[in-house]
Amino acid sequence: MSAGERLRIAVPRGSLFPGTLDLLERLGLDVGAVRANERRLLFDESGIVTMRPSDVPTYVEHGAADIGITGKDVLLEQSGREVYELVDLRYGECRMIVAAREGDDAMGESLRRLGTVRIATKYPRIAARHFADTGRQAEIVEVKGSVELAPLTGLAEAIVDLTASGRTLAENRLTEREEIAVCTARLIANPVAHKLKAAAIDALAERTREAT
Amino acid sequence: MISPTPPGTRDVLPDEMRELRAISERLRGVFEDAGYGEVWTPTMEYEEVLARGDERAAGAGYRVFDDQGGVLVLRSDMTIPIARLVATRYPDAAGPIRLCYFAHSYRAVERGSGHSREFLQAGVELIGAPAPEGDAEVIALVIAALSEAGLKRHRIGVGDGSLYRILLASFDVPEAERLPLLEALSRRDLVGLEARVERLGLPAPARELLVELPTLRGGPEVLDRADGPVAGAVENLRACHELLAEWGIADRVIFDLGLVRELGYYTGAVFEVYDPAVGFAIGGGGRYDDLVARFGRALPACGVALDLERVHMAGTEEERLDERR
Repeated sequence: MSAGERLRIAVPRGSLFPGTLDLLERLGLDVGAVRANERRLLFDESGIVTMRPSDVPTYVEHGAADIGITGKDVLLEQSGREVYELVDLRYGECRMIVAAREGDDAMGESLRRLGTVRIATKYPRIAARHFADTGRQAEIVEVKGSVELAPLTGLAEAIVDLTASGRTLAENRLTEREEIAVCTARLIANPVAHKLKAAAIDALAERTREAT
Repeated sequence: MISPTPPGTRDVLPDEMRELRAISERLRGVFEDAGYGEVWTPTMEYEEVLARGDERAAGAGYRVFDDQGGVLVLRSDMTIPIARLVATRYPDAAGPIRLCYFAHSYRAVERGSGHSREFLQAGVELIGAPAPEGDAEVIALVIAALSEAGLKRHRIGVGDGSLYRILLASFDVPEAERLPLLEALSRRDLVGLEARVERLGLPAPARELLVELPTLRGGPEVLDRADGPVAGAVENLRACHELLAEWGIADRVIFDLGLVRELGYYTGAVFEVYDPAVGFAIGGGGRYDDLVARFGRALPACGVALDLERVHMAGTEEERLDERR
């Protein structure tokens, strides 16, 4: 890192991984070892640690990494985390949506007759907040795997999930009903590092702004 | 059989207790030498009394009814109880009143967040001393106390919680837009803040200052960059810096114009204490010139509370790093 102090960077594996490595490469970091090693997690030579996107705010909040990159969806779901959100990196765009079965209006029907609607999701807080904000009662059913299954099997009337192309929805005969948020990759920082390593973090944030 | 303690609480065994005790004895020595007498206040207070200091009783998380139907809360900070204590126990005492405390406070936390429900604070309150001298005295005292407790690399972030409000008012930002902007700042969401500022349609210099101010942090040079409507407000920070420079400890201070503290009673300078060995602030505080008046005595005041367990954590981590070298 050019600005003196070295920063430890939490890098998300998964769909943001290629875009993140491309960005870090443009910033002059050597990511060759990261690309070559599927299983290694810690790359001390470049200051990179790799992890699930949803773990990035945890490592950054606790200062185990100074800065990190993760999706806005993760930050919305973990809104209590004390981290700085510094830069919208603009890649990895996808949308948080409400989707339901094609053809009928199971969600409206349930709200009308039962007064509530069951929502399956991997994002329980975003879903609960969205329905509370729009004045509807919802019972949030948290699932870990393929959410699309829930409305097809009757576990829930609708889902709240992230979609990029909409292909998985279409394949499962679900349609988008509402958009909750557009989510892109974000650069985040630990609050203490943001003060004590200000020069290095500002330099990096500035270069990411130029590179995106 | 497992007999758990509530999440976010824990037992302390002799090895740790000895170390915690040693740290608090050192801090207490520095506080007492500087004329700060130690006080105790009740762990439980009437909710209506604490609510005079802060309408959410400083975010107190636990309430019980007593046998008379009164609502008691477990205190979530020590500053409001001490403001109450000063106004009621020292109704006429002149001159600055210097108090310190070592006490547990309580707050609600999210499960699995790793934060404590019950936390041990060591703090000082300087009541009756206005800014900037009072601010500088407290900053210097905390720096000295932490050095005595064994830390070497601790720093204090100093900002002013009123700066952003002054900016918003001076640019005539509509009332309805101000709260979301202040909330974004308090959430440290600089991306959201910038997007909201862009939408206000302000002239470029105003827009830039609103986006830039929260990122201004560093030595006294950042004070020069806060011009325009906040130039006056940073004068206090500048005066504070001059005092600290005279005392030779200015390099311990990071001026941070984006610093905000959650509690509503701060009126001027706000502080946060850092150590590079710990990812969280190890303490915080600020100036609360209106708070004691809410209990009956109009006295300017400021204080800092240190989280003793985090100070301990920073100390052990620094030791470990020193051994590695």
